[in-house]
Amino acid sequence: MIDTTQLWIVIIGLGLGSYLLRFAFIGLVGGRAIPEWLLRHLRYTAVAILPALVAPLVVWPAATDGQPDPARLAAAFVTLAVGMVTRNVFGAIFAGAATLYALLFLLG
Amino acid sequence: MYLSPVPLIKHPMPTTTPKTHRRHAFWRGFTDSAPFLFVVAPFAVLFGVLATEAGLNLFETMAFSVVVIAGAAQFTALQLMVEQAPTLIVLASALAVNLRMAMYSAALTPHLGAAPLWQRALLAYVILDQSYACAVVEYEKRPDMPLSERLAYFMGAVGPVVPAWYLFTFLGAALGTQIPESWALDFALPVTFLALLAPMLRTPAHLIAAFVSIVVSLAMAWVPYSLGLLIAGVIAMMAGAQAELYYNRKGAAL
Repeated sequence: MIDTTQLWIVIIGLGLGSYLLRFAFIGLVGGRAIPEWLLRHLRYTAVAILPALVAPLVVWPAATDGQPDPARLAAAFVTLAVGMVTRNVFGAIFAGAATLYALLFLLG
Repeated sequence: MYLSPVPLIKHPMPTTTPKTHRRHAFWRGFTDSAPFLFVVAPFAVLFGVLATEAGLNLFETMAFSVVVIAGAAQFTALQLMVEQAPTLIVLASALAVNLRMAMYSAALTPHLGAAPLWQRALLAYVILDQSYACAVVEYEKRPDMPLSERLAYFMGAVGPVVPAWYLFTFLGAALGTQIPESWALDFALPVTFLALLAPMLRTPAHLIAAFVSIVVSLAMAWVPYSLGLLIAGVIAMMAGAQAELYYNRKGAAL
């Protein structure tokens, strides 16, 4: 169970921090140029962090007590493959969910 | 909206006033970002459901969505709190997910930086994936747009997304724990994130960053306090930036 004090520190801290990230350039930097090396790193934040968040959840799912699960591994692989080929977020979600349910049903 | 009972034809120049232009810009932004509702709504429902399952009450869940208003960072923070990670790690990791907001802020500055400070302070709250994506395309397409219309367009692009984020978080929280375990909802988050991630892998540098991210996060899973996520994120970001430099040099040499 999540501790209430921690929860509120996170909600307020994350809210303030996210606001400052959004305000940083448009509010404070104004017209000054932003260094190219910084922009080059910021460009990769999403593709650098989302996979790191997801990979352990895929390989060691909590629902199977951390044991690798063929149905979940296959579902993740299908989601990624369909998303990369079709560039369609919904297609990918449906394909992944269909794979997961089909394999959970078949493998029992 | 006020509708004149007098036929519009009697007004000499109804479509050329600045106010009309602003209104048109607002609605253009609104219709451009409306399709994003199909992504935002389910994502918000999922957050509401998972937050409730993690033990948050309705008020806490809503406060999360209203105060933070960034889906991926909210899911990250929630996941890490469920894993009992220390508060500082939760904050640092979720803020790392939101670093892209600083990039959006930087990209919007040349277009909106001339607005008064109070307007910039307000619009910073609604710099989102969707409003940013619509605005940069529009501002490049119409470089001559006056500042007031650019602001109107931006607020228009925010229009459908933000109320939907609140409303569907609420619906998800209300649905909450009623979803049976056999639906394997534990896996909704990985599948949704992978589906959002896949179309972003447009260049070799993006692919390399994602690959490094996966490998390092799995290799660093033993590191305490869920710190592996942050380590993997930073290393993968550097890998992406270096890969971009490499491919640019290679491209220039050809």
